[in-house]
Amino acid sequence: MSDYRVLPGPEHFLPPAAASMGISLPNPGEAHINGVITSEDKAYEEAARQFLMAKVPTIFPGPLVLWAWNEKAAKKATAVRHLFNTLKECVQPGQKPMLIPMPDYRPKYPKINPEVEINPNHPNLTIWHNKIDCCMFIGVHCHQANLSLKIIRGGTSCYTIAMCAQAGHEDAMLSFRDASVEKIMKLADTVKRLKGTVQPRLSAKNGASN
Amino acid sequence: MSKERIQISEALYDIMPSDYQDLVKSATYGKEDRGWKDIGTSKELIEQHSLCAGCPESMAFRYILASLPNPEDTVMVGSTGCTSLVFPMVAVHNIHSLFGNQNAIASGLKRALSVRFPGRVKDVVVLAGDGATVDIGLDMTLQAWFRQEKFTTICFDNELYANTGGQESGLMQKGFVAKMAPVGKLFDKVRLPEIARESGCHYVVNCTVSKPSLVEKVIRNAVHIAREIGPTYLQLYTPCILEIGKNSMEGLQEMRDSEKPAERFAYKEYVSEPAKQLLAELAAKDKERKAAAKQLAAQAQAN
Repeated sequence: MSDYRVLPGPEHFLPPAAASMGISLPNPGEAHINGVITSEDKAYEEAARQFLMAKVPTIFPGPLVLWAWNEKAAKKATAVRHLFNTLKECVQPGQKPMLIPMPDYRPKYPKINPEVEINPNHPNLTIWHNKIDCCMFIGVHCHQANLSLKIIRGGTSCYTIAMCAQAGHEDAMLSFRDASVEKIMKLADTVKRLKGTVQPRLSAKNGASN
Repeated sequence: MSKERIQISEALYDIMPSDYQDLVKSATYGKEDRGWKDIGTSKELIEQHSLCAGCPESMAFRYILASLPNPEDTVMVGSTGCTSLVFPMVAVHNIHSLFGNQNAIASGLKRALSVRFPGRVKDVVVLAGDGATVDIGLDMTLQAWFRQEKFTTICFDNELYANTGGQESGLMQKGFVAKMAPVGKLFDKVRLPEIARESGCHYVVNCTVSKPSLVEKVIRNAVHIAREIGPTYLQLYTPCILEIGKNSMEGLQEMRDSEKPAERFAYKEYVSEPAKQLLAELAAKDKERKAAAKQLAAQAQAN
């Protein structure tokens, strides 16, 4: 097993792909935390803890859930909204949960409004602008998610979570696989259950640093 | 993605940036009669662009995007140049290819789309500058035409390499002196419209973009002919006002001056016999459709 750990950055300008450092993807029913394969239950707890600790916990829904291209996508979108609403109910004063969309993958050169959207080609701009210190990707095509996760790890200190509908992401600090409505709802339930048990990082001057 | 699939998930509608909401609410995807007259009354498929103030290329982009007959099922292929600064803001699927490789990419794409979506009309439109079309990519441009690939090639001809400072291009006029071509062009402007005709293009037009209605007509013709018969080519003059020493307000006049009868962008059109027949059929169908719509409207008024 590799000694490499997928940790919050800033790692450096071109962080290695975690896969190239020996990190492997979880099998069905598993997840990974920092590159170490673990049970899904442990990952729910850790993801909920990270959300509740963060000053600006943020969900980044991607095109696969933002656009109602089939019934399942619309249901997942409803679950994402439920997770966000739960997060808002469970945080303490001073914490600021956000829900920022990645509507498509256009680089939007030269102008993107980082306050209202994120794109995979320079996700660090949205992270820096909103001082996001924990984020979760959901509904982003895998190749674009990997690109974003690496850029974020390279240039920011943001903790990244991937709620992946396929095989998971080595480049996230925590990754689920085979995401479904049930899994999103279970994460929301875990956040609710851990409400009040986690001390938020409110003393930090800013969220993510660069 | 078809028009029916361009819907935002209700649960996340409020967080979508307003330009996406507008695209779903009031863009002209799926509208049969879409055209340049929709500009100003509906959401355009270009949100903003990074071209210079007054750049005729930006006018061309707006007219073309307003005129594509089937934008929700169109893929555009771009290349290196000023156009590649605009594509990131365009709400039509698009691919950025290697410099000059655009017609090769479009060939593969068109074939793949025909296999993947056999029952659906999928248009492919190449849009590249003169450097990509005529100099660096001439091989790919011509080979696509020789093979009778069914897509439209549009060349934004500004007669030099504009965004790298003004180097000489094959489409530059003879004797022209540019910032990075101080000796002056020693040979004639390459006659690509004629080469296109001889290479098998079924519809070839050489014009400026000074008249939006004309741009609309040639775009619709080119896309329809490419869809049914074979390759089509449009060479549109989009002068680089910076590189030819003009001001922002002078782009339109420059195009008007260049389209006078004896000038190099005087309107020239070639239509092959099968293409003529297709255009006649389309015009007849259009007339029939409009007459039926008029009759329906009259009936509705009478009731």
